[in-house]
Amino acid sequence: MAYPERQLFTVTVYSENCVGLLSQVSVIFTRRCLNIEDVSASASSVPDIHKLTLTTWADRPTMEKVVRQIEKRVDVIRAFLYTDDDILYQEVALYKVPTAKLLESASVEDIVRHHGARILEMTPEYTVFEKSGHPWETEALLNRLRSLDIRQFVRSGRVAVTKSPIEYVDIYLEEQRLRKQKLENNEG
Amino acid sequence: MSEKETIKISGAEALVKSLIEEGADIVFGYPGGAILTVYDKLYDYTDRLNHILVRHEQGAVHAAQGYARVSGRTGVVIVTSGPGAANVITGLSDAMADSTPLVVITGQVGRQYLGSDAFQETDVVGITQPITKWAYQVRRPDEVASAVARAFYIASTGRPGPVVLDIAKDAQVGLTDWHYEPVNFIRSYNPLPEIDDTALAEAAALINKAERPMILVGQGVVISGATESLRLLADKASIPVCSTLLGLSAMPSEHRLMKGMLGMHGNIGPNVNTNRADLIIAVGMRFDDRVTGNTAAYAPQAKIIHIDIDPSEFDKTVRSTIAINADARQALERLLPMIDEADHSDWIGSFDRHNDVEREKVVAVELKRPEGSKLTMGEVISKISDATGHRAVAVTDVGQNQMMSARYFKFTSPRSFISSGGLGTMGFGLPAAIGAKIAAPERTVCLFCGDGGFQMTIQELGTIMEYEVGVKMVILNNNFLGNVRQWQNLFYQRRFSQTPMMNPDFIKIASAYGIQGEDVIDRESLDGAISRMLADDRPYLLNVQIDETDMVFPMTPAGQAVDHVLLSADSPYNPNQD
Repeated sequence: MAYPERQLFTVTVYSENCVGLLSQVSVIFTRRCLNIEDVSASASSVPDIHKLTLTTWADRPTMEKVVRQIEKRVDVIRAFLYTDDDILYQEVALYKVPTAKLLESASVEDIVRHHGARILEMTPEYTVFEKSGHPWETEALLNRLRSLDIRQFVRSGRVAVTKSPIEYVDIYLEEQRLRKQKLENNEG
Repeated sequence: MSEKETIKISGAEALVKSLIEEGADIVFGYPGGAILTVYDKLYDYTDRLNHILVRHEQGAVHAAQGYARVSGRTGVVIVTSGPGAANVITGLSDAMADSTPLVVITGQVGRQYLGSDAFQETDVVGITQPITKWAYQVRRPDEVASAVARAFYIASTGRPGPVVLDIAKDAQVGLTDWHYEPVNFIRSYNPLPEIDDTALAEAAALINKAERPMILVGQGVVISGATESLRLLADKASIPVCSTLLGLSAMPSEHRLMKGMLGMHGNIGPNVNTNRADLIIAVGMRFDDRVTGNTAAYAPQAKIIHIDIDPSEFDKTVRSTIAINADARQALERLLPMIDEADHSDWIGSFDRHNDVEREKVVAVELKRPEGSKLTMGEVISKISDATGHRAVAVTDVGQNQMMSARYFKFTSPRSFISSGGLGTMGFGLPAAIGAKIAAPERTVCLFCGDGGFQMTIQELGTIMEYEVGVKMVILNNNFLGNVRQWQNLFYQRRFSQTPMMNPDFIKIASAYGIQGEDVIDRESLDGAISRMLADDRPYLLNVQIDETDMVFPMTPAGQAVDHVLLSADSPYNPNQD
């Protein structure tokens, strides 16, 4: 049997902000032996609602099941599955290089201009660049800095917003608000 | 709304009072250090909350499962931290697989000890989250009432399931204002989805034009109380009904449209006709691999309407044509007026023709043995079913005893078949039967168990003794782990690795617990033994010597298409012979 094609998926999870939520979500990937490529947890535009963004390589049928199983968790409000076409996304990377080596190479301007990085801090010992962008962009700067004896590199998990004009979480919350109102009216 | 009185009480008392507010009157449990404060309060409430002291925490969960499955109410368990909590894991996993509403309270060490590897500390929420519907740690006494309210709401609504409340010692000992408010809304949770009218209309249209429709019934029909709606719909459109293991007893066994069980050891008509149907209406079932066999060869001619309250079941193993996310009862009630009367008599007859072959080639062989031969499981189960007028609750363990009970016990009312389906937990039967009998003291509860499974939770004979639980226990004893033996026989060249088992004298053991019983070694003594067992409401043990070569047939070997059926080890069924 041919296996369905694997691709990179982005999953966003809107949830209550509660202890253990990340673990509840991550074990659903573990069960199917799916490696989470990166993850970020943050607030969302709705007060009190938490947003996880995860990426993973998998096939679509598997991911559709994973997302439904995530959504099944009581503390999860909604979960969505995207490919890169559906979303605008960025990551932030930090790079630490020895200042002496950097000045020696006289490449600061090129790094800032060509790679769109900015200097976060510069001391006699080290310089830290910050760059946000797509993975291949932060990767390109990493490769550029290897020759400068880079000491530390870190890249954040992906953050993403959808291109769709429809905000499904808002719709869900409105439906739930009406449902609650109906329940309260029935009680009254 | 009337003003609520508030009084300062301990978190432990708040817990007990909250359980009572939720209508709990029975708790299965076992005390220990980190739950002592709660047990101290239980002592004051024994008139309202009856605690059943099991002999092992695993027994508490299975008993609560039996209680919940027979009564439809939420089962309650209280255990201590660490090992007490670890011992409930099997039962939680079982209840999750079989959609059983439970609230399991575990004691936890004090807040200052959390995460410190303190004595009897284990990460209960971390361990149980993946195998429960919800798991939550209560750290403050003022959270107790709201956590209990939330726990019962989550456990019992939507697709039911087990919930764990891990209550730290501080939350038990500390004082709190207490007033109880049940929960009926959680923002992140919608247990009763609105039915999609378009999907329903499309489903009705498919049903009305189907020539060979069949209904597959799962436990969801029982849980949602849809058994009457199911019967009305099946009757109106003359649609044959087949059941999963856990759907058994949703439809009376003798109903003209009830055509038997699906799956590996199901009946031939349901399995063969799955692959001939042009429409499958699956209600409250999840296309488990034991039902579908090879999914690539499953129901190739059929459009599939899948009705389930849990949307994560849609397209999980089998793709549906129409998915209706709904409570089974609501969906069937809405469908009923949209469905035309129909006949389908040829199609119905084809189920009977397949099942007739099974009756002749399998059932008759199981039930009519030559004189002097050893007893078979089917004979024993069938006789007990007859002797109880098919009105008893059959509780089973796991293995051949389970499959034979599913095949040979007959049902006249719902909630009459209690078995560990999804997880297949040996040792489930005995404690589950205790819970079932406590839930329905007016009903006869028969446990069918193997000699292996009986010994996995045999300590619960102590619970039966102490509370005089009138369970009728039947050990189908072949001195083998029979189902594994069957697989070794069929697929592992008869290499009986670790399946023969030396057993104790079960009747002596029962007698040590003050429980009556008798050995049945031949056919002549079976009827008398059954009538002695059923003569009164006391617990009774029959240890029946079974032919170890007895195997469960028909059988669809794992991974084969559902219509690939074996009638015996060496005789495959030809599905085209009708």
